[in-house]
Amino acid sequence: MPIELFTRVEDKLFNNRYLVDTGRPHIKVRPHAKPSPQLLSMLKACPARCYELSEDGQVEATVDGCIECGTCRIICEESGDIEWSYPRGGYGVLFKFG
Amino acid sequence: MIEERFDAIVVGAGMAGNAAALTMAEGGMKVLQLERGEYSGSKNVQGAILYADMLEKLVPDFREDAPLERHLVEQRFWMMDDRSHTGLHYRSEDFNEEKPNRYTIIRAQFDKWFSQKVREAGATVLCETTVTDLVRDDSGKVIGVKTDRRDGEIHGDIVVLAEGVNGMLGTRAGLRERPKPEKVALAVKEMHFLPRETIEARFNLRGDEGVVIEAVGTISRGMTGMGFIYANKECISLGIGCLVADFQRTGETPYGLLDRFKRHPSVAPLIEGSEVKEYSAHLIPEGGFKAIPQLYGKGWVVIGDAAQLNNTIHREGSNLAMTSGRIAAEAILKIKSRAQPMIPQNLALYKKMLDESFVIKDLRKYKDMPALMHTRSQNFFLTYPQLVSKAMQNFVRVDGTPKIDKEKLTLKSFTNARSRSGLFGDAFRLVRAWR
Ligand SMILES: Cc1cc2nc3c(=O)[nH]c(=O)nc-3n(C[C@H](O)[C@H](O)[C@H](O)COP(=O)(O)OP(=O)(O)OC[C@H]3O[C@@H](n4cnc5c(N)ncnc54)[C@H](O)[C@@H]3O)c2cc1C
Ligand code: SF4
Repeated sequence: MPIELFTRVEDKLFNNRYLVDTGRPHIKVRPHAKPSPQLLSMLKACPARCYELSEDGQVEATVDGCIECGTCRIICEESGDIEWSYPRGGYGVLFKFG
Repeated sequence: MIEERFDAIVVGAGMAGNAAALTMAEGGMKVLQLERGEYSGSKNVQGAILYADMLEKLVPDFREDAPLERHLVEQRFWMMDDRSHTGLHYRSEDFNEEKPNRYTIIRAQFDKWFSQKVREAGATVLCETTVTDLVRDDSGKVIGVKTDRRDGEIHGDIVVLAEGVNGMLGTRAGLRERPKPEKVALAVKEMHFLPRETIEARFNLRGDEGVVIEAVGTISRGMTGMGFIYANKECISLGIGCLVADFQRTGETPYGLLDRFKRHPSVAPLIEGSEVKEYSAHLIPEGGFKAIPQLYGKGWVVIGDAAQLNNTIHREGSNLAMTSGRIAAEAILKIKSRAQPMIPQNLALYKKMLDESFVIKDLRKYKDMPALMHTRSQNFFLTYPQLVSKAMQNFVRVDGTPKIDKEKLTLKSFTNARSRSGLFGDAFRLVRAWR
């Protein structure tokens, strides 16, 4: 089997081009004691695996690898679990092929 | 604030925005187009099949310099279980015509070209600019936009919202709803690079001929979804998409589905040895006719994916986007030529013209399909593909069982899985929704 075929998400993202807006994440998770079902579902549903469970049981987002699909917005914005926006103009993922 | 005033401000430089900006600029309007990406296309993801007719209406000689990959001569539909696929192939020499009907494209490259046409027509295109809000006057009429640039407020007579499926401006301003998880699909996609000759040999192609494969079945694990494989010149676009609500419900991961699809014995040989150069994801509007929001208001119109104008049964979206953009622009031009204001009474012309086009006619035809596919996803995407597969194998395998017994066995496997009334019910519902 060819090497490149089945890779971890992190390696998939490695092929993409990004211009990261350092220190200005475009998605923020609201602090919570216990994550809502919506937030928990993002651990699996985010295609870039930006959401992770911290040691103290909170859902955290690291959006450097975000591919700006909007899935977390559709699932979590309404309940107020996250604050979602697009990165500033020019920043974020830059597709060469799309 | 930028003092200059525009006849029209277009938000987004995707298929819809480019079509609208081009048409209005060609019609002599002073157009400003704003795009958050570094260039038009840098944020956009598509399969991607381009339908020539709808582009021809905008750029008649597009074949001369547009970055087209392959013209399609063959379409394959696959119904898959875990180890097999039952396929329907349609290939015709007729598609090797002088002006081919469908092409594969690479969106980032195509959009760049399209945007160049918009500039040549005289529109001002400002990239790397995210529009953050709509500006309204006391009466609630949209009179411009706010951007994330310094002094980033700009005024115009009409704002054309071409911000795509995840458009946040229109939803934040309360002009339409945020898409619900059961009304949008999440697709993930990879670009697999291989030598040209390898692609042509694997897909049975000569020269610039192309093939697309659409696949349903156990690959989506019972969720409402579809896989696709499109042959480009030197790469293969491969992806899979399912409803967001289904991802939420099942806990399947998008990349897990994609990898399983790639591993399938019918797919793996097509991409073997390839180099993956990009991984992307995007939403697709799936709500159909019933999800179309209010299309116009005081000082604004909405076009393309932002207006849910997407025909998922036929996997058409970019052509509906281009057509709605062109029609909105033509309506605006007409209103302007009569020196009338951009108010709902006048902008209703856009909806009237759209209703008469294939865009709304097609979406209306399938108005019941999205709900049916969603509520019966287990049957349509898991049970039937497995049954068909079993039936096909039973039909093809020669093992000394009398044919009459084989037929009985096949029928029994269907009725066991779905009962007679269940089968009739599904068929009936499908036919009714299709009409
Ligand atoms: C995986 C996949 C496969 C598909 N395959 C096909 C296919 O084969 N054939 C087909 O016809 N259709 C296909 N579609 C559908 C097609 O891609 C869409 O219907 C089409 O792109 C919609 O065009 P649009 O202009 O409305 O939106 P988009 O093309 O998404 O453009 C929206 C633009 O607005 C910009 N934008 C958004 N918000 C802002 C803001 N606030 N400020 C500034 N700019 C902003 C974005 O950066 C983007 O450039 C597919 C879609 C996907 C996801
Ligand atoms: S927008 Fe998409 S890729 Fe980015 S964090 Fe949300 S789900 Fe993940």
